[in-house]
Amino acid sequence: MNHDRPSVPETPQVVAGLLAEFDRPETLVAAAARVKAAGYRTWDCHSPFPVHGIDPAMGIRPTILPWLVVGAGTAGVLVALVMQWWTNAVDYPLNISGKPLFSLPANIPVTFELLILFSALTAFLGALALNGLPFFSNPIFSNPRFRRVTNDRFFVSISAADPAFGEEATRAFLQSLDGVAVVEPFHRPAAPPKIPAAFHIAGALAVCMACFPPLLIAYARATKSAKPRIHVWPDMDSQAKYQTQTAHPLFPDRRSMRAGVPGTVAVGRLNADERLYEGKDGEQWVTSVPVEIDAERMRRGKERYEIYCAPCHGLSGEGDGIMAQRALEREEPWVRRSLVDDYAVKLPVGSIFNTIRHGKNTMLPYGAQVPPADRWAIVLYVKALQRAQNATIDDVPEELRDKLQ
Amino acid sequence: MSDLAIRADDNTGNDPLRRAPLALGGQTYASVTETVCAVAEREGTTRAWRIAFAVSATLTLAFFASIGYLIVTGVGVWGNTNPVYWAFPIVNFVFWIGIGHAGTLISAILFLFRQKWRTSINRFAEAMTIFAVMCAGIFPGIHVGRVWLAYWLAPYPNQMLLWPNFRSPLLWDVFAVSTYATVSAMFWYLGMVPDLATLRDRAKTPIRRTLYGLFALGWHGSARQWHRYERAYLLLAALAAPLVLSVHSVVSFDFAVSQVPGWHTTIFPPYFVAGAIFSGFAMVVTLMVPARAFFGLKNLVTVRHLENMNKIILLTSLIVGYAYGTELFISWYSGSTYERFAFFNRAFGPLGWGYGLMVLCNVLVPQLFWFKKCRTTPWIMLVVAVLVNVGMWFERFVIIVGSLSRDYLPSSWGHYVPTAIDLLMLVGSFGLFFTLFLLFCRYLPMVAIAEVKPVLPVTKPADETA
Repeated sequence: MNHDRPSVPETPQVVAGLLAEFDRPETLVAAAARVKAAGYRTWDCHSPFPVHGIDPAMGIRPTILPWLVVGAGTAGVLVALVMQWWTNAVDYPLNISGKPLFSLPANIPVTFELLILFSALTAFLGALALNGLPFFSNPIFSNPRFRRVTNDRFFVSISAADPAFGEEATRAFLQSLDGVAVVEPFHRPAAPPKIPAAFHIAGALAVCMACFPPLLIAYARATKSAKPRIHVWPDMDSQAKYQTQTAHPLFPDRRSMRAGVPGTVAVGRLNADERLYEGKDGEQWVTSVPVEIDAERMRRGKERYEIYCAPCHGLSGEGDGIMAQRALEREEPWVRRSLVDDYAVKLPVGSIFNTIRHGKNTMLPYGAQVPPADRWAIVLYVKALQRAQNATIDDVPEELRDKLQ
Repeated sequence: MSDLAIRADDNTGNDPLRRAPLALGGQTYASVTETVCAVAEREGTTRAWRIAFAVSATLTLAFFASIGYLIVTGVGVWGNTNPVYWAFPIVNFVFWIGIGHAGTLISAILFLFRQKWRTSINRFAEAMTIFAVMCAGIFPGIHVGRVWLAYWLAPYPNQMLLWPNFRSPLLWDVFAVSTYATVSAMFWYLGMVPDLATLRDRAKTPIRRTLYGLFALGWHGSARQWHRYERAYLLLAALAAPLVLSVHSVVSFDFAVSQVPGWHTTIFPPYFVAGAIFSGFAMVVTLMVPARAFFGLKNLVTVRHLENMNKIILLTSLIVGYAYGTELFISWYSGSTYERFAFFNRAFGPLGWGYGLMVLCNVLVPQLFWFKKCRTTPWIMLVVAVLVNVGMWFERFVIIVGSLSRDYLPSSWGHYVPTAIDLLMLVGSFGLFFTLFLLFCRYLPMVAIAEVKPVLPVTKPADETA
């Protein structure tokens, strides 16, 4: 700190201004009025605490700080409202128990807090900035007597930069003030101190380094990558839990996958009706559907068929599904499997059921996706398709035949 | 009439014709500076300070060690379990944040009401606020479980494309507590800048001069600086006063917005704020009584200051007691079986002893302050203040644990038992608080020097020449 300047300075010093010391706040106020009347402009009063009545004596106009704070508070309210509305109602609408996506009452607490936060930051930083702080190299600290300004002494300082300043004349003027104890100069270096080159280099390096992270982020956003995203914390990638096919220290057989207790059946897994769940009657495929047949089940079968079967087998069952068409277009090998040809028509329903459940040749099993009742519904629909595709005009009711012509 | 007279060594009288002095012992500007700075400038440390610091620093280490153990092991080290998932950590959080509120109240609200007696105690109380908020902030931070993901609380653009839920009281808490910590720290620091400049200008060693000088920012007490400083201080006070009310209201929303019987009540915000002020003032008295004796500040922090605080403790105790009564009345008047049971269980259930302790410490013991003798005798007020702090901790315990352990379905009831880690963290947080506090007392201006000087009773300083 500059007030620690040695009494014999190494660099040449010039007078930066004059200090007049007082020991009472009242005399300081009176002196301030006289300095102002004498026409000085670059001058100040210094005191250990705010002296009341000094502002009018010095002609200090009210600071603009309150208006800055009002502006910041308004900005805080707007930022809070827009942030809450955009994040929770627009960018990622968050439905909480069907409540409105944006409703003012729920957003008031955060809005209020940001109003306070923005205002307070502005009051704090604004007061420092308007006061020109931090400012460590103030020449006024060069006079050791000035150290008592934070204890019990009051000072008037007139800067040498003031147009009305003249060292002798100003000194005489200050000494003429009522109650003045001492008048002394304070100094500044004749030439501004040079900043070492190392500081410039270090500063430039720091700025360059600081550019790297934003540049990397911008690059990552602008380009595409097949690699998975970087996770700061890999908690989701490697979880502390026992997974299938891994060893478990607790059990004698060291398996982390556990079989059911022998002789028990999980709820809903008894499946004792062989005809319904296996499509078999002893060693034979069942030849009749073991569920009730009605229009509702037929509609269900059509719907399930169009979801699970039609992509390959086609909507009419002729094996011309979208997958088959795609393979044809791309000249890829494809075995077209019709569900309505003579071979398929002759299959017992139990066998079709079994194929849906376990798959066949290149067809994957659908048992996991399609529960037994739906499988039978699909079987019904396939039988309907077979009937429809191999129908003659005699199968159409008399009164509708004309429409087909 | 003897209790009305104001004597030279006692300013607790109430002479209607004379304003009681706020500093005793014929203080001058220089003697105020000397008294306060002597504490921070003392060569070495005293034995009592070292012993206190050793104890509190050990507890602080234990606190951070137990947090480390929690992080590497998991939240199972706590006694928190179904159905009481908000146990000690949240109790401690609410307790500490409440302690903090007295600092802001003394600083901001008494400042706005032009209560000049605040000047001797506001620095001290603001420091207490900062340290209490630090203790408070740790608990929800570690309570989230995966501490390293606590930054998910902040709304920032992320690769999960998710935002926080701004309609959740828990998120309001994040904003309220972090705003409170920031504003309190700025208020404290801005008020301290002129006093740091005082320490800078008195410093005898280069390291003290550099460090105090760095934080004094080059303050030179100019009238233009004071003008903006006073305006900024007034603005911060005007902002902090509603902030302190909002913070504890938001903390109470964590409970009141949920539907747990015993929590879901509109009285919570004012009830919590009154309780916070109550416990905070008790903590200021707890700290101030030994500190003013130990650091030789009896002439600046006078018995009148303590008496004023004790009057506020008495007033807030009555408000808190009224809130307890209202809670009981409303639970009966609501006609809700669950509400009625919640309060019956609170008073007569397994944690009924905690409820009894709470009523004893918070409502009955402070009634001693009706007597002037008790308001002005340091050891009595110290005992009362400590008991109030105990009572206020139990208030939060009773509300949180009592309500969660027995809510709607008796089949889902449970009993909560804290573990050794729970207790260590509670004690450890006191260690952190006192460690920071002892460091503050040792190295920073404990009393706002620049604010005490204008309210000195003297009109003419003793003749001193430079």
